[in-house]
Amino acid sequence: MIEPAVVSRALGVALKTGGDFAEVFVEDKRSSSARLDDGRIEELGSGRDRGAGIRVVVGDTTGFAHTADLSEQGLTAAAEAAAAAARGGGGGVRTVDLTPRVVSSQVVGTRPEEVGKATKVELLRRADEVARAQGGAISQVSASYGDSRRRILVANSDGLLAEDDQTRTLFVVGAVASGDAGMQTGRRSVGHTMGFELFDRYQVEDLAREAADQALTKLAARPAPSGSLPVVIGRGGGGVLFHEACGHGLEADHIQKNVSVFAGRVGEQVASPLVTLVDDGTVANEWGTFAIDDEGTVAQRNVLIEDGVLTDYMWDRLRARKEGRDLSGNGRRQSYKHLPMVRMTNTYLLNGAGSADDIVADTPNGVYVAQLGGGQVNTATGDFVFGMTEAYLIEDGRITEPLRQGNLIGNGPKVLELIDAVADDFEFGPPGTCGKDGQGVPVGDGVPTLRVSELTIGGTAA
Amino acid sequence: MSELLEIGDRLVAQARADEQVEVVVGRSTSTGVRVYEGEIEQLSSATSAGVGVRVVAGGRQGFAYAGSLDPDVMADTLAEARDNATFASHDEHLGLAEPDGVPVPELDLYRESLTQVATDAKVDLAIALEKAVKAQDPRISAVESANYADGWSEGAVITSTGIRTVGRETSCYVSASCVASDGDDTQTGYGFSVGRTMEDLDLESAAADAGRRATRLLGATKPSSGRFTIVLDPYVTAQLLGIIGSTLSGEAVLKGRSLFADRVGESVAAGSLTLIDDATNPLAYSSSETDGEGLASRRNVLIDQGVLQGFVHNAYTARRAGTTSTANAVRGFSSTPGVGCRALSLVPGTALQPELLAGVGEGVLIASVSGLHSGVNPVSGDFSTGAQGLRISGGEIAEPLREFTIASTLQKMLAEVDAVGADLEWLPMRSAGVSLVVRDVTVSGS
Repeated sequence: MIEPAVVSRALGVALKTGGDFAEVFVEDKRSSSARLDDGRIEELGSGRDRGAGIRVVVGDTTGFAHTADLSEQGLTAAAEAAAAAARGGGGGVRTVDLTPRVVSSQVVGTRPEEVGKATKVELLRRADEVARAQGGAISQVSASYGDSRRRILVANSDGLLAEDDQTRTLFVVGAVASGDAGMQTGRRSVGHTMGFELFDRYQVEDLAREAADQALTKLAARPAPSGSLPVVIGRGGGGVLFHEACGHGLEADHIQKNVSVFAGRVGEQVASPLVTLVDDGTVANEWGTFAIDDEGTVAQRNVLIEDGVLTDYMWDRLRARKEGRDLSGNGRRQSYKHLPMVRMTNTYLLNGAGSADDIVADTPNGVYVAQLGGGQVNTATGDFVFGMTEAYLIEDGRITEPLRQGNLIGNGPKVLELIDAVADDFEFGPPGTCGKDGQGVPVGDGVPTLRVSELTIGGTAA
Repeated sequence: MSELLEIGDRLVAQARADEQVEVVVGRSTSTGVRVYEGEIEQLSSATSAGVGVRVVAGGRQGFAYAGSLDPDVMADTLAEARDNATFASHDEHLGLAEPDGVPVPELDLYRESLTQVATDAKVDLAIALEKAVKAQDPRISAVESANYADGWSEGAVITSTGIRTVGRETSCYVSASCVASDGDDTQTGYGFSVGRTMEDLDLESAAADAGRRATRLLGATKPSSGRFTIVLDPYVTAQLLGIIGSTLSGEAVLKGRSLFADRVGESVAAGSLTLIDDATNPLAYSSSETDGEGLASRRNVLIDQGVLQGFVHNAYTARRAGTTSTANAVRGFSSTPGVGCRALSLVPGTALQPELLAGVGEGVLIASVSGLHSGVNPVSGDFSTGAQGLRISGGEIAEPLREFTIASTLQKMLAEVDAVGADLEWLPMRSAGVSLVVRDVTVSGS
């Protein structure tokens, strides 16, 4: 992407004002998208983003600058700006010898950029047709396709030089159903760190059918209950529960500032013994997978909670350096315009020994959530919410009527303790975008079917 | 600024006889400072620029963008947009905006003085903010972050249909988030202040807000479930208005995704509610002289004393709906124009919050909400969010409450608005805050 000698000289400039650490992050991202709505191919779009972000660390201070100019001149200017921001004490010229780290990058089956636009458009049309064919009540359909190829290079003053080439492909179908009681929506999305072979794994017709069925089912939905009830979370679509209940609270930046309810609790029982939670950037083809993180660290599998005991937090370079410990491969950033910070990758709960059918049958009254929406957490208090986009009542141990959309609320540490059943049917869920401090990054999650003995459901029914 | 127009002119000049070409060029610089415990934690400076090209040819539209003003890259971008157009569906209503005779307002959104501020002064301001937050209350145990950020940006829209506009603006803000602790109990609060130049910033009020929001929730407990009259704090109302605004988009209406389609002229809200979108208001953080297609910003009354007046449109949705654009094209250079409200506000009432609380008697003051993106569906109108706040008892603020949800539907909430406060404030978002009293909302707790 850029000559190592040029990068090395830029690092030298960045260290000119006495920085302890300097890093050059180069990114070249190409993306393409196609969108169908209202029966029309509304738009095809193409994007190109290319630039470099340079940071310099002096003590606890980070200076950062970015540029879209990848010439030596552009990099030098950005390095000087970052160095000025970090105003260290010392100075002088330092040379940085870079040692390339060879990482086996992702193997892509079919490069999306080599697939004709007409083929991509055809996927959208097929999805539209099938979704509309599910019933006359389907009043609107949208579908979108997107792919991106993101090439990155990371070099730092410790001599690291690493590159990665990340290809992701995404497909989303949304349906609106109209009935006597108004409109309802359904949605299915699939996304993987892979090329166009995504469509060998999934048929867009299936996704379209499922999105339409979800909207149609919800037409008959009744208001969700209000108050505390047992909640069974279905496999796959419930991973966001852990992302919010404890994932964010286990990020080392929150820990070091003591704004997490999980600070100082390593080695303690923080969850039901049924909980073993893993964050793993190496899962083949998952949405949050990569070969190296955005600081050049090789992706890892990290056990966060084992049999309910907190084993470790997630780390980026800055936070790990401060603690004098190993990196965990969780340093990520949205683009070269952003500073890296501690982020999740693919966060998931390991299988238990129960059976999903038994868990539902053993729940006299409650709510079954087939698909969670997004969520939000306050890491300092542990209070978090997550949405249910497809949910049903459980009556006498059976899944019965569909419920209208709403949020559930709980407190992370309490909810983790209240998990009283975990099944053996693990599945990854749909692709997610995790937002933190204004930056979005792709993340994956997954769960087997599980039950929380008590959660507050934000419906309107008494 | 003239440079941006020249860049746009050069690209638009390449439009072929049978096509329309629109070029959006943007450039910005920004500085961000975050301090922690008296030291700089992060200091970043950035310059960005890019171009977006839209081509409409033979009733088909294509788009491409690049984060670069390199002439070769821009030429590629035009070619790519042209190629993309050939794969899109034919739609007779497609087309760029055309000059509509509405004069562009002069809003004075650019302050040279902000571009002259030395970095040290920005750092000092953030450090002063952190100190001010700590000084609010002995129970403030940590200031998680104290930030100062500023930037200037300029943007131009040039089309082969005769649009040629350029504008620039400056903005800055301070923000702080803090933690209050009392025994085992921990609560958080935030505060901010925004302006076009440093002198506009009110450090003390940002610090006081952060401290008050955190400390007043200490000792909060989970309420029991029930139906209550709630009072939304201004910031919560601003978030709610953002969602209401999305249901009034002409695009949502045309595509059958709006609750309010076919209801123009009908009563959709309480008579005390008048909702206006007006990006010409210089007090609005999101004000600007033109919209994303280069049309002059204008004032649009969306709901007048409870009666729905109409929807917001860009050039395409207006043409399809048989009306004219309301200058509500919303976009950056990396996307085609969507439709959205740009600076929404309710017409304020006459009572400040204490008077509203006195009128309510028994209820819940909602200090903040969470999960708006996951628990609110603007198509169905289902509304459910996490919340924290304070009980209203005997017309006054009583004990703090946490870990509960509030639920209703958007339709019902609008109809149940009992009063709009007098405390209108512009926030760093596309809508203004004001206290709002809403009857009969379900609170779910224990």
